[in-house]
Amino acid sequence: MSAPRYDAIVIGAGMSGLAASIRLAQYDRRVLLLERHALVGGLNSWFKHKGRRFDTGLHALTNYAPRGAPGAPLTKILRQLRLEWDALQLAPQRRSEIVFPSGRLSFSNEFALLEAEVARAFPGSRSAFAALVESVRAAQPFADGAPFSSARAHLAALGLEPELSEMLLLPILWYGSALAEDVAWDDFVILFRSIFLEGFARPEGGIKTLLDLLVARARAAGTELRMNTPVRRILVEGGAARGVELESGETILCEQLYSSAGWFETRALAGAEVPPCERGWVTVFELQCVTRTPHRARGHDAAITFFAECERPRWAPPGELIGFESGVICCSDNYQTRAAPSDGLLRATLLADHDRWSALSDADYEAAKTATAARLEELCARYVPDPRPEALLRDCFTPRTIRHYTAHAGGAVYGSPVRHRDGHSGIDNLFLVGNDQGLVGVIGALLSGITMANRHGLYARSA
Amino acid sequence: MSREEIIDAIKDIIRTIAPDEDLSGLKSDLRLRDQIALDSMDFLDIVMELRKRYGVQVPEEDYKELATLDGCVSYLHPRLKDRPAKVGV
Repeated sequence: MSAPRYDAIVIGAGMSGLAASIRLAQYDRRVLLLERHALVGGLNSWFKHKGRRFDTGLHALTNYAPRGAPGAPLTKILRQLRLEWDALQLAPQRRSEIVFPSGRLSFSNEFALLEAEVARAFPGSRSAFAALVESVRAAQPFADGAPFSSARAHLAALGLEPELSEMLLLPILWYGSALAEDVAWDDFVILFRSIFLEGFARPEGGIKTLLDLLVARARAAGTELRMNTPVRRILVEGGAARGVELESGETILCEQLYSSAGWFETRALAGAEVPPCERGWVTVFELQCVTRTPHRARGHDAAITFFAECERPRWAPPGELIGFESGVICCSDNYQTRAAPSDGLLRATLLADHDRWSALSDADYEAAKTATAARLEELCARYVPDPRPEALLRDCFTPRTIRHYTAHAGGAVYGSPVRHRDGHSGIDNLFLVGNDQGLVGVIGALLSGITMANRHGLYARSA
Repeated sequence: MSREEIIDAIKDIIRTIAPDEDLSGLKSDLRLRDQIALDSMDFLDIVMELRKRYGVQVPEEDYKELATLDGCVSYLHPRLKDRPAKVGV
């Protein structure tokens, strides 16, 4: 083969791919970033419908921290990518809530609110909750090679009332568990910190604000970004990745390859075996509905409502088109923006089954979308002001839509249940970034891209 | 580069990495990490910026020499004294 043209090729211009390419290009690596679509962002992107911009993915940016907060993950990420805190235009939440048939817990970017709520609703679990918080603060969740330990088992051992455990687990499962019915203790720690100890905000212009900053930074650092450029396969020779072959037939060689396609998908691109059980299963149906009146003017101030229709909602493939046992409602207009919202935007998300959605004929698919959206709006009316009499504009997407735009098998949003925290793909020179590397959400994906580029591309070679 | 230029160069690198930190009261004989919030990732970026901007390779066993601004000057001056100062990147 002829000499590589690039030090690194990064597959996928989502959060992790953009972050990895910025880090590598910043330190003078020749970087090519390949994106199969016409828009960047992957799962966390945006679309226009009837002249209005809608976000996909992002309900909330977790890990809220004030400007320059020492040691905060947000501070680390901004520093590593050379982005300004002010440029993100973060609008913090007022509060969010967890609602079960038996009760409700509010939380905000001030942890004291959740502590007071737990003391009010679960006085018998006060000391167990304090012990949980202490162990979350003391944990070292980013260490390599720690054996799997179950968060559920940990919560039970601490003696939390089962109802409280369920309520605390709901946002954590929804914002980052690729496992059925449980979450790894390390992931629980990371998510508990990002959701409860730090909290939520949203960039004032939505995900586009962040994506525009990342693309500008990637270009300024010297990344070459090619849009509409799907990869057909990863070229492997002698057990090592040598480059990619594009759908167009063009071959491009490189020294190192970083893939945000996912563990399952990356191995498949490289022609390597993956057991089907390692395919991700968490995928969703989402409804977006613009309402005439902002939610706060209708007496609802929560940014995110995590709801459960029963006391022990399942976190598993629903076994039908949609799982209605639990879900997430985001009132995007409830963040504290500088400009007051002129209308409301409700987003509601439920677990879905990719294979069942994919098996539908086009006509059945459209009918199922409409019926699911109607049932979901009815469900929303139990938790937030009824969107139906106020609806101006609706749209929804399904696991099929997600698969199309992310190229993740099964439309999986949180990657493989088997984590690959060190980024190793099993093939030399080929590293995983993004969900399957072990961190989820916008912040997790950015941190993944940064740490994998540092570890495999920068630190290893500067020593 | 003179000693003063080396101090300016280090401060410029820190400003690039940690724009939120106030460097005006930085004491040259105290540990940088005790005066401003720099973690190990930031520190490695300082080392990589030194290589990128001035071509200085700092091997891992010498990282401890860069703990204070005075330490940076003592370590870098012999390696940079024949180089012209370069502003920004």
